[in-house]
Amino acid sequence: MFGLLGGCGERGGADESAVIRIGSVAPLTGPQAHLGKDNENGARLAIDEINAEGLVLGGKPVRLELIGEDDQAEPKTATIVAQKLVDMGVQAVIGHLNSGTTIPASKIYHDAGIPQISPSATAVAYTAQGYKTAWRVMTNDEQQGKVLGQYAVNGLGARKIAVIDDRTAYGQGLADQFEAAAKATGAEIIAREFTNDRATDFTAILTSIKGKGPDLVFFGGMDPQGGPMAKQMKRLGLNAVLLGGDGLQNANFIKLAGADAEGVVASSPGLPIDDMPGGAEFRKKFESRYGVIQVYAPYAYDAVQVLVAAMRRADSSDPAIVLEALARTDHEGVSGPIRFDAKGDTTGGAVTLYQVKDGAWRVLETVR
Amino acid sequence: MSIPRRFSSVHAWFQARPTFALVMLAISLMALPFLVGGGLGNSWVRVLDFVLLYMLMALGLNIVVGYAGLLDLGYIAFYAIGAYVYAWLASPHFGLHLPFWMVLPIGAAIAGVFGVLLGAPTLRLRGDYLAIVTLGFGEIIRIFMNNLNAPFNLTNGPQGINLIDPIGIGGFSFGKPFVLFGQTWPPTYLYYYLFLAFTLLFIVIAMRLQDSRVGRAWAAVREDEVAAAAMGINTRNVKLLAFAMGATFGGLAGGLFSAFQGFISPESFTLWESILVLCMIVLGGMGNIPGVILGAILLTVIPEALRYLGDMQRAAFGQVIVDPADLRMLLFGFALVAMMLFRPAGLLPSRVRKREFAARDGAREQEQSDLYDARA
Amino acid sequence: MDIFTQQLINGLVLGSIYALVALGYTMVYGILELINFAHGEVTMIGAMVALTVIGVVMGAAPDLPGLMMVAAGLLVAIPACMALAFGIEKVAYRPLRRAPRLAPLITAIGVSIILQNLAMLVWGRQYISFPPILPHNQHEFLGAHITDLQIFIVLISLLTMAILVLLVEKTRLGRAMRATAQSKEVAELMGVNVDRVISATFVIGAAIAAVAGVMVSAYYGLAHYYMGFMLGLKAFSAAVLGGIGNIAGAMLGGLLLGVIEALGAGYIGDLTGGFLGSHYQDVFAFFVLILVLVFRPSGLLGERVAHRA
Repeated sequence: MFGLLGGCGERGGADESAVIRIGSVAPLTGPQAHLGKDNENGARLAIDEINAEGLVLGGKPVRLELIGEDDQAEPKTATIVAQKLVDMGVQAVIGHLNSGTTIPASKIYHDAGIPQISPSATAVAYTAQGYKTAWRVMTNDEQQGKVLGQYAVNGLGARKIAVIDDRTAYGQGLADQFEAAAKATGAEIIAREFTNDRATDFTAILTSIKGKGPDLVFFGGMDPQGGPMAKQMKRLGLNAVLLGGDGLQNANFIKLAGADAEGVVASSPGLPIDDMPGGAEFRKKFESRYGVIQVYAPYAYDAVQVLVAAMRRADSSDPAIVLEALARTDHEGVSGPIRFDAKGDTTGGAVTLYQVKDGAWRVLETVR
Repeated sequence: MSIPRRFSSVHAWFQARPTFALVMLAISLMALPFLVGGGLGNSWVRVLDFVLLYMLMALGLNIVVGYAGLLDLGYIAFYAIGAYVYAWLASPHFGLHLPFWMVLPIGAAIAGVFGVLLGAPTLRLRGDYLAIVTLGFGEIIRIFMNNLNAPFNLTNGPQGINLIDPIGIGGFSFGKPFVLFGQTWPPTYLYYYLFLAFTLLFIVIAMRLQDSRVGRAWAAVREDEVAAAAMGINTRNVKLLAFAMGATFGGLAGGLFSAFQGFISPESFTLWESILVLCMIVLGGMGNIPGVILGAILLTVIPEALRYLGDMQRAAFGQVIVDPADLRMLLFGFALVAMMLFRPAGLLPSRVRKREFAARDGAREQEQSDLYDARA
Repeated sequence: MDIFTQQLINGLVLGSIYALVALGYTMVYGILELINFAHGEVTMIGAMVALTVIGVVMGAAPDLPGLMMVAAGLLVAIPACMALAFGIEKVAYRPLRRAPRLAPLITAIGVSIILQNLAMLVWGRQYISFPPILPHNQHEFLGAHITDLQIFIVLISLLTMAILVLLVEKTRLGRAMRATAQSKEVAELMGVNVDRVISATFVIGAAIAAVAGVMVSAYYGLAHYYMGFMLGLKAFSAAVLGGIGNIAGAMLGGLLLGVIEALGAGYIGDLTGGFLGSHYQDVFAFFVLILVLVFRPSGLLGERVAHRA
């Protein structure tokens, strides 16, 4: 409903302590608004916690202020918003959500020398531009797709696989990497089908897939499509395992698929939240404030924590110094341990696989 | 009606001193980015750049919809074609790095050819049937762009094409910040002048077209195609020319967009963008160039200005009561409806339209035209 | 399992939904020559209101049979959508009835943005799931699977069309509608209250939209404030395909579009050797649409409409 801007609502303490502005950009209107708000909420929770603890940089108390902006998942708007944040003097940006907005915006942050940490952009190209300002706390498509492809064959014993993607940068990137890895591990790709991120009817492609008799269906996409897809598979009598990435591994998927979610397998980058230090507490706090976690809130939360940890190490909020400190990140986040390679991607690339049993996600195993 | 009169007296004052008015206009246009950038921040210079890009598109669509009366809901396809042609010929995607003065005309020309390709099969269609076919055409182009990464990687699919060359003259690149008066300015300033030059060129072309033989033929086709044909106008060629001209404008704007952004993906070329450009010309005043310009300014600036709702609330109430992100598009919708109800013929309607509208108010003419329609 | 039969069933069910929404477009267009862009959003509001009511009923009387709960949802959603459409017509379209043709198109787009964002404020940004309260009995039919709900959807849309045809052809209101469609002025001279007829058209279309919205969300198991846009677009294409302004045409266009999409997605990949796959489903659908219109510029069942561009 009416989201109160808790972080920048009260201005009382602003006079005593310096204010550090941090931007958060994601689509807050349009079809992906639920994901965008989730990112912003994750970042906001971290900011509020840090402010409550009190942050001291260079001997002076500072207060963080989150500036949340809406990029409408649109590349053009993303660059305008990025420039607006730069104008406002933000010291860092958490975002954007989509690869298609993160990449054009990254040039503006790079020109301004401001660190940008994306909690959710997975396109390999984002960190491959050679920008020292571009980071992400999410595994890229290559890392996750590879784990999923190998697990489909070795862990789930699939031999004949059908692949579906939603023709977004995320879904297509993940599905392509999955396909390559599954093939290399010895499976046969018997069908490659496509849908889009607005679709709700998948009966035509599922019927066509059923005719080819797969033992596993991989879907590169998000839960609003994955939920109905699981339902329609059952209804058509297509009894293959449905496998997905982090776009499916969330509570909303189970809600949307209902009883037909049983047995679905999906991965999520990092380690299980509830096993991480502070993870269970994060979930409790987040859900009491904002409701159920959509998908990427933990990563946005971690992105802020990683950023502030770097500020603490640098004892400054000066972007140039913070950027150097970010490279030395070694953080136990709620989504898993976070370290960066030279490009700004997360290293280690632990990916955890989950399966729905009795209406909840249960950990199958963590692949490192 | 005191306000319009006051406006008209200012207008008359300037009309008596045309050179002075022109010089004033030129100076303010030249100074605009620095005023805007200094007063509101550099992001507004970027908004200004997009205002000009949308103006280019709106002027192009105005030829098709405003002049020739062909309702086109897939106009963004030509913008997309221009953008992708630029990206193919000037980016690491195919390893080609042709200069912009070659790439822009090629992109515009290819877009123009697609304009004819779209126009040819739809010549017999009218009104809303044409609208739905053009809409389909726009979607078809977008879907192809989104999917042609296999079997042959033409567009890189949904991942988009990155690191597109900025516009460069000699060794000088528009894409880098530049130093002037001892200060560093972002690339958006230079692009402003480039886009402004193209916009002025387009305005001149559009004005000349309107009063030309072709322009009168378009008006004839728009008002009554049968009568136009009877007058000896080759309606087929005239309509195709409108499609081609509009598409060429769109293609050129697309190429500029591509160079400006440095990254393009199919997300930039959705149906919504076509609708937005159409809204600009209808809202501003179809067929009237000042109206089209005003429409492009308003519909680009309003959504950006509404971002400051949070600051406005803080100034008014001391705190943010409603999240601006929740309100922004809602108010945009209200603004669209309100402006249209307030000025049904557009904010600055063309003289012809104004006359038509006034005539329609009289019940007699309405009845007559309806009787005619029923017989047709 | 017979794949072709299954694809036909898939397409017919999808097409029935398109057809239901298309009826609303075609009725309004027939009378006002207005593309009521906000119609898709009215469908969405119908689904949202019904889901809210179902949630309340489930909390109050969890033992009620699922069909009763859905009926309760419909009972509130239908009048809500009717009132909404009545208001939209009165505020956004009526003042522009004598304005240039494209003016109401812009207000329609504006209204559609307003409804989307209001729904986002009221129901939130997340996808809402439809509770599993309806029985999912499956049947074998010529070697394909079909559920009760699917049969129900097809029957409802056929029934709605039949009622609508009767209404337009046999009642006084229907006669007034046809007269208004031909000429508002002459109809007025004949004693028809044109304003009331136009309001009635909007309201009837909205009632059908509410039913469609509930069926869409029940069938796919979810609702979202953005769901009306694509649905509306497809339904409008269907109405044009069938010949806009023609009720049977909307039905035919909807069913055809559904079948074309299903067969396109199902077979185009295998037919072109994998060059064009199911990602070209919409291209295929639009291509058929363009082809039909090139040869029949007024749609399949459309009469030659007088042009008033």
